[in-house]
Amino acid sequence: MSIDMFINLSYIVAAILFIFGLKQLGSPDTARQGNLLSAVGMAIAVFVTLFSTGILSYGTIIICVLIGGGIGAYAAQKVEMTAMPEMVAVFNGTGGMASLLVGWVALFGGSVDSFTAFTVVLSIIIGGVTFTGSLIAYAKLSEKMDGKPIVFDAQRAVNAAIIGAIVLLGYFFVQDPSASSSTLWLLIILAFVFGVMAVIPIGGADMPVVISLLNSYSGLAACAAGFAIDNNLLIVAGSLVGSAGIILTNIMCKAMNRSLANVLFSGFGAVKHSTKTTEGEVKPIVVEDAYLILEAASNVMFVPGYGMAVAQAQHAVRELTECLEENGAEVSFAIHPVAGRMPGHMNVLLAEANVPYDQLIEMDEANAKMDFVDVAIVIGANDVVNPAANEDDTSPIYGMPVIEVPRARTVFVLKRGMAAGFSGVDNPLFFGENTRMLFGDAKASITGLVAEFKG
Amino acid sequence: MEIIYLTFILVLSIFLGFELISKVPATLHTPLMSGANAISGITLVGAVLAAGADMGGFAELLAGLAVITASVNVVGGYMVTNRMLSMFKKKDTTGAAK
Repeated sequence: MSIDMFINLSYIVAAILFIFGLKQLGSPDTARQGNLLSAVGMAIAVFVTLFSTGILSYGTIIICVLIGGGIGAYAAQKVEMTAMPEMVAVFNGTGGMASLLVGWVALFGGSVDSFTAFTVVLSIIIGGVTFTGSLIAYAKLSEKMDGKPIVFDAQRAVNAAIIGAIVLLGYFFVQDPSASSSTLWLLIILAFVFGVMAVIPIGGADMPVVISLLNSYSGLAACAAGFAIDNNLLIVAGSLVGSAGIILTNIMCKAMNRSLANVLFSGFGAVKHSTKTTEGEVKPIVVEDAYLILEAASNVMFVPGYGMAVAQAQHAVRELTECLEENGAEVSFAIHPVAGRMPGHMNVLLAEANVPYDQLIEMDEANAKMDFVDVAIVIGANDVVNPAANEDDTSPIYGMPVIEVPRARTVFVLKRGMAAGFSGVDNPLFFGENTRMLFGDAKASITGLVAEFKG
Repeated sequence: MEIIYLTFILVLSIFLGFELISKVPATLHTPLMSGANAISGITLVGAVLAAGADMGGFAELLAGLAVITASVNVVGGYMVTNRMLSMFKKKDTTGAAK
């Protein structure tokens, strides 16, 4: 058996492991094993590649794998679960950069035909956009940069000009491909610029969509690099990731009732402002009174948002859950699809606090049982429980499906003070008939409730 | 012919990806995304091929950078996914949740 044959057969094994790995990632019971399977697939793929006849020396490879692997391992161990979206954004970015470089290097192997040149251009563009786009997403998510959308008058014209220039330069390059061509440098720079331009108009609240989309791009970039170097494993794995990212993007868009185009180009919140101002009386409540209501409740539903993570209240919440259960109440957590900063982020944060995943329910199920809920406790969530999304057609979030907490018998809203949410939209829920505001630090309030139960 | 064959693989894989992912529960979206992200680090294979080709000079520099960035993606992606998934527990089967 020739060595090439052996390598290709191993690639098939790796592809099968990726497929099974992804499949098993689809169920909480098997997910961890699925991730390991896919890691084994990756290890096999990289290992057999070392035997390829094209590889003459190992020095550069070993040193660089150790450096990169070390950085990755360190970051993976250190990162806080609240910062997971930023982390994933950075990993996306490095993947995109790697594909750009692989495409670029493919030009140094001698003369290339125009199809290969075309795929090189694609991997450079997609990889470059993924790289800088992810860095901007990282900056926005980690609040190193203002989360507000950056929009200016000629934005669309500028973007159209960049796309036009990329297409034109790409065409010229494919006609005369060479590694030292200055057209290539221009293309790389334009791809970087376009990545920045594509993400700056997107507001912080829309980041779950952007992360999913960049995830998809990083797969497509690997796919394009696979075409550039004629490697079918890159194509298979890249397109699996590409389609996964597109599905998640679609789920996120549906959860916000907006089209992808609207998310990408509108500059959320910068365009539309509600004409109605909410008026009414806010009814505050103190911990002692909240305890009395909770003690009598037999069905309690938590509705957590990113604010819960910011207040580091998830562990206190889990303690409160235990107190409530000992008291005989049924407790559930309603998770809105876009709660948190990336798809499924709240679930990870609650898992970290040892909340069992079968206690977490999705929005539709939560709304179906809302009428039987005695107390709904909203912690650090705002837009995802905003009734204006159903009622006020001038609201910027009108049409977005929300968790309909006002239908519960009583609603507690834990809030630091009266300020608008991440998207800057007023929330009539705070003025609702059955709403009680529990002002103060969420963690302190919850800890206070736990103390009442224990005392 | 090579182009047709590669495109064929591409199209089938995309459909397979859609089928595999479309039924994943929301609970697992974050690990799924970071796990899928780790797989997109497969470009490491291409980077290794380039870095081992002894091209020297600028090309070797680019290839080395490709290996570094792809390794960050692969190692970091798998480890962080594993770390997240190890926290997902079912309700009180062994009492480990306490």
